[in-house]
Amino acid sequence: MLRLPKFELCTPTTLAHAVALLAESPDALIVAGGTDLVPNMKHELFTPSRVVSLAQVSELRGIRRGADGSLAIGAMTSLAEVAASALVRAQAPALAQACSLVAGPQLRTMGTLGGNVLLDTRCQWYNQTYFWRQALGFCMKKDGEVCHVVKGGKNCVAAASNDSAPALMTLGATLEFASLRGRRAIAIDDFWVADGICNKRVERDEVLVSVHVPKAPEGHRGAYGKLRDRGSIDFPLLGVAVRLDLDAQGAVEHADVVVTALAAQPKRIAKLDAVLHGQRPGSSDFEVAVAEAAALAHRQCKPLPNIPGDAEYRRDMVPVYVKRTLLAAARGEGPVHHV
Amino acid sequence: MSARDLHGPGAPWGPAEPGSKTNVDFKVVGRAHAKVDGLAKATGAAVYADDIVLSGMLHAKTLRSPHAHARIRRIDASKARALKGVHAVITGDSMPIKYGVIPWTPDENALAVDKVRFIGDPVAAVAAIDEDTANAALKLIDVEYELLHAFLDPRESLVRAEPAIHEGRKEGNVSKSVQLEFGAVDAALSSADVVVEDDYVFHGSTHAPIEPHCAVATYSPEGVLTLWSATQITHYVHRALARVLELPAHRIRVIQPCLGGAFGGKSDPFSLEFCVAKLALLTGRAVKMLWTREEVFYAHRGRHPMQMHYRSGATKDGQLVAVDAKILIDGGSYSSFGLVTTYYSGQLLTGPYHFPTYRFDSTRVFTNKPPCGPKRGHGSVQPRFAFEVQLDQLAEKLALDPIEIRRRNFQGDFTRTVNGQRVTSNGFLQCLDEVERASRWKERRGKLGPARGLGVAGSMYISGTNYPVYPNDMPQSGVQLKVDRSGLVTVFTGGNDIGQGSNSMCAYIVAEELGIPIERIRVVAADTDLCPVDLGAYSSRVTFMVGNATIDACRKLREKLVAAVAQTWQCAPARVRLIEGLVVDLDDTSRSLTSVEAFHLAETKFDTLGATGSYNTPKLGGDYRGGTIGASPAYSFTAHVVDASVDTETGRISVHDVWIAHDCGRALNPMIVAGQMEGSAYMGIAEALYEDHDINRFGLHRGPSLLDYRLPTSLDTPEFRALIVESIDPEGPYGAKEAGEGPLHPSLPALSNAIYDAVGIRLKHLPFTPAKVLAALREKRASPALATQGGTR
Repeated sequence: MLRLPKFELCTPTTLAHAVALLAESPDALIVAGGTDLVPNMKHELFTPSRVVSLAQVSELRGIRRGADGSLAIGAMTSLAEVAASALVRAQAPALAQACSLVAGPQLRTMGTLGGNVLLDTRCQWYNQTYFWRQALGFCMKKDGEVCHVVKGGKNCVAAASNDSAPALMTLGATLEFASLRGRRAIAIDDFWVADGICNKRVERDEVLVSVHVPKAPEGHRGAYGKLRDRGSIDFPLLGVAVRLDLDAQGAVEHADVVVTALAAQPKRIAKLDAVLHGQRPGSSDFEVAVAEAAALAHRQCKPLPNIPGDAEYRRDMVPVYVKRTLLAAARGEGPVHHV
Repeated sequence: MSARDLHGPGAPWGPAEPGSKTNVDFKVVGRAHAKVDGLAKATGAAVYADDIVLSGMLHAKTLRSPHAHARIRRIDASKARALKGVHAVITGDSMPIKYGVIPWTPDENALAVDKVRFIGDPVAAVAAIDEDTANAALKLIDVEYELLHAFLDPRESLVRAEPAIHEGRKEGNVSKSVQLEFGAVDAALSSADVVVEDDYVFHGSTHAPIEPHCAVATYSPEGVLTLWSATQITHYVHRALARVLELPAHRIRVIQPCLGGAFGGKSDPFSLEFCVAKLALLTGRAVKMLWTREEVFYAHRGRHPMQMHYRSGATKDGQLVAVDAKILIDGGSYSSFGLVTTYYSGQLLTGPYHFPTYRFDSTRVFTNKPPCGPKRGHGSVQPRFAFEVQLDQLAEKLALDPIEIRRRNFQGDFTRTVNGQRVTSNGFLQCLDEVERASRWKERRGKLGPARGLGVAGSMYISGTNYPVYPNDMPQSGVQLKVDRSGLVTVFTGGNDIGQGSNSMCAYIVAEELGIPIERIRVVAADTDLCPVDLGAYSSRVTFMVGNATIDACRKLREKLVAAVAQTWQCAPARVRLIEGLVVDLDDTSRSLTSVEAFHLAETKFDTLGATGSYNTPKLGGDYRGGTIGASPAYSFTAHVVDASVDTETGRISVHDVWIAHDCGRALNPMIVAGQMEGSAYMGIAEALYEDHDINRFGLHRGPSLLDYRLPTSLDTPEFRALIVESIDPEGPYGAKEAGEGPLHPSLPALSNAIYDAVGIRLKHLPFTPAKVLAALREKRASPALATQGGTR
């Protein structure tokens, strides 16, 4: 078995203490469920001298509905709990579905929503042991200079691989962070940057407290589609989150599609709302519009061979999964997954 | 002795009678029983190599080559040796003697001497007070390499000899080449009514046992080295240790603890076994080495990638007239079992169909990749894939049902193959009948709806081989029985139980033969100090050979028991029957003893009770160089039908059902046999759809982890339906043959054939990834000539 590097483990019981412990140590990292950090530490991708566990900070757990009907999901809520929550399933079906397809059952029980939002980007040249990366000559994301995905590339193109992120983007979620400097909220759309080395606007000493999902309109429909090799365990080769808000007459009032696992940040398909607006699910015009939306997504997505799997094939699957996930959302179904 | 000597011309269970499953009234054999170690494994009580903790034990780690091909200019381990907590550092010069599981090709060193041949080749080993200290010491070892050209494409190794991966060989980078022809192939092909010629590619796959390799060694004050190792061949490890460590074999004891899966991947002697032994000798402390999952991927010995060209001809009524094969085998960096692999790639194809003429030309080359070796269905899964797909191509040309063409070419039982192998029992036709019936082939084929189809394939495999790896005329398998006055019978066997249930099999046989309950039998296995030699768990030989040796020992012991009781009762021995813990008089059932009383009588009469038994193969094989390789005392036969569909938008294949009919001779425990059949088919489907032991352009394994090496999960696993066929082999124990490897073979071609039936694309390059399926579907749509093929019903 690979060994974990040595570190000091802190187990605060309050958020305030956790924030203080993080601020004290210049290279401290947070561990929530550990399903991302622990293997990454075994691969020597991170070698913090201190790890602050949030496992005992109970104020970070739970799903609450606010007076305005919005949802506040504690960052330490397990993915399994989010997936099973009646509140989330009713108000944010795409998020419940995305969380239900993260990894496998054991990992969803350990893994948290906050951990998934903050998941490190992934790449076949990066998520490997120290020995392997040394034999390769390392890469720009860790310990090296060059990119093995794009020859001569200047930017890291490791892929955003969190299933929850595109779903939260379609839902207009806000992330709330805490640090010694106080609290701040950031719209999830503004959270990402196109840099595979670190694709998020977060400081090392900030703790993600909760994820806020605003109340969805009456006719909200959502779904998530995930392409992966196996029926469980695997990270996405492609993730598609869909939002369709229907008006009182059952026509599309607002449509949104965000795809992930292609590049360093999740990507919103542009001009999609115009294609689907006013269409009534079930009609043949809607199906034509869905096909057009799928073609639009195909034109806008050009995945690189960053994660395992055939990049061309992942591109081929963009229109297929966009179409299937849109149709599933329209029917109030989903997730779209091969098993 | 051979089974024929053992059982006489008429085996006590008689020849196979059509329609009659048993012709002897068995009490234990043929029924489902728990495995003797089942409870220990299920509760976690079983002791695996890594569970062994000895006082003062050191932990060892291996430094590995980061280069695919390089000369070692200099190694400086002084800083590592100086690190606090480090007890010893060894490099190649400490064990310069080469070894190899095949005595003709010793080309491995425990640690690299002079050069490294793949990324992951072991270079140095450290023993320290704990794993972290050993790992820290590895980083302090300074190795200077001179990089050499790395061979990653087997076609390059075929034509380019320099730089030689193994120097001083006249064959350059060719590891082994075999050309054999039986009959006039070219003439037969030119007279054939139809000929199909095509290329097939098998990618690499690995075993991925859940337990990584682990070894523990200790050296006693008396100078005895004891090694516990997760090996499936204790005897060869014993021999290799003596050779490399230059110790007399009687001062070495090798023990295989409970094993967490092997599948062929623990057949070779491995670097860690020599390293812990050497480090124990040097430090005087017990030493353990447990490999990481990544290291298991580098140790590999998995299925060889093969590029296969086949040409087959048939008459217009579907009779095969010739099969012609040319195979390029990517061996990776060392020979391992490669000599046998090269022969097996041709020798094992000559059943269950009659080949009037046959030729194969197989060449194994070295490349700078992890070494390939034996994996479940060694050397024959790849050619079987190619040929069974080609057979369907022939059937299509001739407008024959795929099952019908297989029936028409059935070779028969008690016959000889074109390459001179003796075939005894052969239940292949019944296997075809069974899968045809169970899958409702006739009713359902062509009526499954769009993009869903049925495919069939057949195969044969060896039940052991008469080739004993190192030449000798001693028995292949020995068994010893010891009787305690409590009524406990202990079986000592060199056989390696690697989860297939061979220890349980021994217990069932003793229970059957001596008429005692299974719980009164203990099996002590795979300990070279305690157990007679068995050659180990490979080539599907254990049930056949250890089983026969156990019967041999039991019958000798039974003779003593019967004689002692008959004397006491003053009756003919024929009247004495051992059954269910009792000894009864068949003619006067009021008279009986317990088995324990019978043991006491026999011990009184004969002295300390015990018996030995053995098995050796009869003389087998074709009369030509290599003719004994692939010669088996009996062959198993299998047929599969696969029901699969294709999502034509995503290219993803879904396998719904796999019907597996397997002729195992006799199922000694049908529950274990069915488990082996299902597990085999699982592994075959896994290789066809998911697993890919792929080495990238840097010579690095693409993803040496159980995340990136995609073993199917339970969600990805189809329904398996095991249909046991019993042909009752005249020489197997109670008629049994193997069940652990044969049932893997047809999965891959049957799936390919099902996909052709479903959507009309011929998948000839494994694995069948959705991307490949999609590309083939597009090609078919684009080509009017292809558009009418298959999948049109």
